[in-house]
Amino acid sequence: MDRLRTQRIRESVIEKALLLCALASILTTIGIVLVLIFETFSFFEEVPILEFLTGTTWAPMYQPQHFGVLPLINGTLMIAVGAAVIAIPLGIASAVYLSEYSSPKVRQTVKPVLEILAGIPTVVYGYFAISFITPLIRVFVPDANIFNAASASIVVGIMILPMISSLSEDAMRSVPRALREGAYALGSTRFEVSTKIVLPAALSGILASFVLAISRAVGETMAVTLAAGATPKMTLNFFESIQTMTAYIVQVSLGDTPLGSIEYKTIFAVGMVLFAMTLLMNIVSMWIKERYREVYS
Amino acid sequence: MRRIKGKVFEYLCLAATVAALLLLALLLLDAWIKGAGWLSLRFLDSFPSRFPEQAGIKSALWGSVWLMLLTAIISIPLGVGAAVYLEEYADRTWLTKIIEINISNLAGVPSIVYGILGLALFVRGLMLGRSLLAGALTMALLILPIIIISSQEAIRAVPSSIREASYALGATKWQTVKYHVLPAALPGILTGNILALSRAMGEAAPLIMIGALTFIAFTPSSPLDPFTALPIQIFNWASRPKEEFQYLAAAAILVLLALLLAMNAAAIIIRNKYQKYIKW
Repeated sequence: MDRLRTQRIRESVIEKALLLCALASILTTIGIVLVLIFETFSFFEEVPILEFLTGTTWAPMYQPQHFGVLPLINGTLMIAVGAAVIAIPLGIASAVYLSEYSSPKVRQTVKPVLEILAGIPTVVYGYFAISFITPLIRVFVPDANIFNAASASIVVGIMILPMISSLSEDAMRSVPRALREGAYALGSTRFEVSTKIVLPAALSGILASFVLAISRAVGETMAVTLAAGATPKMTLNFFESIQTMTAYIVQVSLGDTPLGSIEYKTIFAVGMVLFAMTLLMNIVSMWIKERYREVYS
Repeated sequence: MRRIKGKVFEYLCLAATVAALLLLALLLLDAWIKGAGWLSLRFLDSFPSRFPEQAGIKSALWGSVWLMLLTAIISIPLGVGAAVYLEEYADRTWLTKIIEINISNLAGVPSIVYGILGLALFVRGLMLGRSLLAGALTMALLILPIIIISSQEAIRAVPSSIREASYALGATKWQTVKYHVLPAALPGILTGNILALSRAMGEAAPLIMIGALTFIAFTPSSPLDPFTALPIQIFNWASRPKEEFQYLAAAAILVLLALLLAMNAAAIIIRNKYQKYIKW
């Protein structure tokens, strides 16, 4: 009898302990949100929220101080758009090739290699940008700044390419064979099957991969810190030095900013904007995938 | 005409795939050409220095090893525990649904945001300072979603007949999990955990946030010591204008990539080895 009781107690203690492990992830989210909200509110006690969201000058480190976050958002979006322009066409074309054209053997070798590309640390991409891409750009555009948005965009594009390629390929391969064979039976060529049957049928998965990859580009830190510069400004010129939200956060934490100072609090306000943007994009990506999924049975 | 269009399209798609592979080759080649000449035992066994000829990665290498060990100790029990709970214990209630949505959202949070959390919570809040422990706790939270998701997949792949046989012999739930489900899922869990740790191995942003970018000329001897790590040392050297430091950065990149490759190879070997033995 006694043994049974201790066993029952042990079982329930273990279950509770495992539940606690699962709750750790919820606590992490709560921690992130609370930390960001707490310090951001105290930031807005000193800087009006309207100035922060609509100001076009970002200069918290110099007098007179300005706290308009738009230049940082501008820089972040430039990198995201530039990376997308490079990664989306390449990613989708390689996904089509791997899913529709290549032999299984080629696919089985190329896919792991692309995964290696995805596993390379971002600081390595940053190094690649300044040691290889930037000098190359300056051969063609001699006026380009040493630190420029183009170089960072290119490496971030290379970085998110495997993600688009791999997720889009998964989406295309889950399109049932019967659809392809139906089109072939009607006399379609492989090109027509790929572009008129498979791509539209896999569209939700492909679009979701774009959004996810762009959200990754928005949150990318080390490559843009190394290659894009530290000059927050409202520009659309890719050959100028800019600054992204992430690079700004790194810049502040590299210096010795006293706890509780306004510069210290800007980390959290900018971090809040970054967190909100990426969270929104991740949710949109999930929503697209669920909402527009074609269900085949 | 249709045929030509198709061929052109095929070659374009092939070219895109080849371009992606070439970029990888180019990246590796660039680091190899610039860094290989600087690789030596002395480089592995010297502390950083402002004289490039004398600089090495001893403190960064040991810092990374310490950091990985501590991160593994913290994140693996938590992550596998959470996965066991979600797969074996949890009913499909609103709570488990929230936990799962939450985990997939956490996997998309930029790493620097984890750094902000670590700075506020561990460095300042728990007053751990800029220590290895603060870094490991931050990294553990960062890779927790990856560990949970991959462990869940490994546990899900264990067929339910195994569990039912165990219950039929009178085993309790925990006995079933401990003696049957976990051992059967172990190769998959190990593979996922190693890959998650290799992600943490290359992360620099959260460590910079918690203030690990300092000049460190000693190897850590306790979890409360300050530290530096390989990606941070690479960032430090790469951001200096002097050319020799760029070469040092390339050499350190080669070491980091070799370590990551070794971890990935280990993961693949474990997976292939056990796939042969376990057939459902």
